[in-house]
Amino acid sequence: MSLLELSDVQVHFPIKKGVFFDRTVGHVYAVDGVSLSVEAGQTYGLVGESGCGKTTLGRAILRLVDITNGEVVFDGTDLAKLPPEEMRRQRSRLQMVFQDPLGSLDPRQNIESTLAEGMEAHGIGADKAERRERILRILDKVGLPENSLSRYPHEFSGGQRQRIGIARALALEPDVIICDEPVSALDVSIQAQVVNLLEELQEELGLTYVVIAHDLAVVRHISDVIGVMYLGSLVEEAPSDALYAEPKHPYTRALMSAVPIPDPSVEDDRERILLQGDLPSPSSPPTGCRFHTRCPWKQDTLCDTERPVLTDLGDGHKVACHYAAEIAAGTVVRAGEAADEDDAKEGREPASVVAP
Amino acid sequence: MSTKTDKIDRLAELTAQSETSTGSSLWVEAMRRLRASKMAVIGGCIIGMFVILAVLGPWVAPYDPTAQLWRGEVRTNQGIFIGMRGENWFGLDHLARDQFSRILVGARQTLLVGIVSTLLGLAIGALIGTVSGAAATLGGKVGGRIDSVIMRFIDMMLALPSLLLAVSIAAMLGQSITTVMIAVGVVQIPIFARLLRGSMLAQGGSDYVLATRALGVRRRRIVLAHIVPNSLSPVIVQTTLSLATAIIEAAALSYLGLGNPDAAVPEWGVMLAQSQKYFDQAPMLAVYPALGIIITALGFTLLGEAMREALDPKLRS
Repeated sequence: MSLLELSDVQVHFPIKKGVFFDRTVGHVYAVDGVSLSVEAGQTYGLVGESGCGKTTLGRAILRLVDITNGEVVFDGTDLAKLPPEEMRRQRSRLQMVFQDPLGSLDPRQNIESTLAEGMEAHGIGADKAERRERILRILDKVGLPENSLSRYPHEFSGGQRQRIGIARALALEPDVIICDEPVSALDVSIQAQVVNLLEELQEELGLTYVVIAHDLAVVRHISDVIGVMYLGSLVEEAPSDALYAEPKHPYTRALMSAVPIPDPSVEDDRERILLQGDLPSPSSPPTGCRFHTRCPWKQDTLCDTERPVLTDLGDGHKVACHYAAEIAAGTVVRAGEAADEDDAKEGREPASVVAP
Repeated sequence: MSTKTDKIDRLAELTAQSETSTGSSLWVEAMRRLRASKMAVIGGCIIGMFVILAVLGPWVAPYDPTAQLWRGEVRTNQGIFIGMRGENWFGLDHLARDQFSRILVGARQTLLVGIVSTLLGLAIGALIGTVSGAAATLGGKVGGRIDSVIMRFIDMMLALPSLLLAVSIAAMLGQSITTVMIAVGVVQIPIFARLLRGSMLAQGGSDYVLATRALGVRRRRIVLAHIVPNSLSPVIVQTTLSLATAIIEAAALSYLGLGNPDAAVPEWGVMLAQSQKYFDQAPMLAVYPALGIIITALGFTLLGEAMREALDPKLRS
C-alpha cells in the first residue's frame, strides 16, 4: 500500500453568472480524473505546462480546493471524505511549500510567530520556550541564522524566504510535503541551493515529496517517478530515468524536445517537435484524447472519439495513448515526417514547423 | 528627490540592519515614513493644536462664551457691530458675546461630534465588514450567501445621499447633539463596511492565507490574526479622512438647525448659521467659524493622505 494514493480525482470549478442568484453555466475541468500513487520516502514529480491543473491537483491533495469526485487516500484514510475538523488535524502530516516565497508569508508576522503558528494549531510543544527551541533547531536545519526569529519576511532575500517556507512546513514534522513550484520564483544560483536543501532534508527526515514544476531539469534532478499532465489528466507516468531516456507519449516527446542540450552538434541534429495551437480551454476540453487537437501523430480512428487510459507498457512506464506502442515501434509516423519526405522529393526545404 | 545626505543615511541604516537588527514590522516602518513626511507633520500639528484648544478651551477663553458682556455696544438693527479690538480679539457676535471665546469653546463640540460619530461608524462598519468579509473568504457556499445579503443591505445604505440620510435620522430622533453624532456616524457605516470587506476579500485570496489554511490553523484565527490586520491600512486612512468629513457634516447639520437646541452653547456650525443673517454688515462673524472648520478638516485630510502614502504596500521596499 502506497503512502498516498489518488484515484480518479476530479476538481471542477463551477462558472457562475447572475446578479442575485448564481446560476452555474459551466465548469472548468481543472483536474479531470487523475490516479497516481506515491510511495513513502519517494519523490513524485508532476510536470506540465501552465494551466494543465498541476497546482490545482497539489492543492486538492491537501483539500485546499474542494474535490468534486474521487479519492485521496493518505495512510489508509480517504481525505476527500473527512469532516473539516479532522481534515484540519490531518494537515500536520501533509504540508505544502508554495511557489511565491514572499506572497505565502504574512507580511505582518515575524518569523518566530510564522513558524510557531502551525505548532500552536496542532498543540505541538508544551509552551513558548519549548516551541522556540524547536524552531531554532529547524532554522538551523534549513540554514537560517538565529536572529531571524524577530525579523519580518520583507527583510529576507528570495532564497531565505523560501527556506522560511520550508521551515514552516517542517515545523509540523509532516510525512508528505507538496512543493508547488518550489524554485521557479528564485534565481538559478539559488534554485540549486534550495533543491539540494530539499534533498538533504528528505534523506535526513525520510520525507515524501510531491514536486510540482514546469522546469524539466529540476524535476528530473529531484524525482524518482514523474507524471506528465496535460489538460487536467496524466498522459504519462514513468520512473524518472526511463521517462527522460524514452518518452512515449507524443506530448512528453514534444516537451522533451524543447529541453536544450548543451552540445551544439547534438543540439543541431536532434528531433524537434513544435506543437501548434494553444492549450484548449479546460472549460470545454476536446473529445476523445485531450491532446488530439495538437498531436503530430494523430490518427483518424480512436484519437478524437475515445479517451485513452493510462496503461502500463512494462517497467512501470504508463502511457495514455492509443498508439503508444505503434509510435515506439515506428509503425505509426508523424504527419510531418511523411510531409518531409514529400518536400524532399519536390526539392523544397523541410518544414521546420511540423503540422499535425 | 533624495539628496546625497538622505542616500548616506539610508545606506547607514541598511548596513546597521545586517546582523544585530531585531527586525522591524511594517507598522514600525510605516511610522518612520510618516514622521518623515511633511504633510503628516503639518497635518499632525494642526490636529494637535485643535485638540489642545478643544481640551483647554473653557479655561483659556478670556470671557464666558455665553454671557452678553457688552450688551448695548452691538445694535444689530442699526447695523452696528464691533470688530477686532484689544479686549475682544475676534470682535463681538450679534448678541454681544466675545467671538474669540466662542470659537475656542466651540472647538470642543466640533471635535467631540467628529470623533464620536466617526468611531461609531468605524465600530459598526468594521464589525459588519469583518463578518461579511470572513463569510465571503472562508465561509464556503453558505458564507457567500450571508455576504451577499449583508452587502445588498449596505449598498442600499450607500445609495442614499449621505446628507439626506443624516437629515432623516436627525428628524426621526429629534434635535440634539447626540442626534447629530448618530446621524453622521450612521452615514459612515456602509463606507467602512464595504472598504474593510473589499480589502479582506483581496487578502483572503492571497497565498499566505492559503498557507495558513494548509498549516491547519483554525478559521477564526486566520480571520482575526491574518486577514483583518492586513486589511486595516485603507480603513485607518479612511478613519482619518472621515474625521474631516464628519466635522464638516456635523457643522452642516448644526447649520441646518438639527444640532444642539440650546443656541447659546457655542458650536461652529451653529455660529455659521447665526452669522448668515448679518453677513452684509459683519462678514467676519462667518469667517471665523468657517476658517475653524476648514483648517481642522484640512489637518485631518493632510494626515490621512500622508498615512495613505506611508501605508501603501506599493511603496514597501
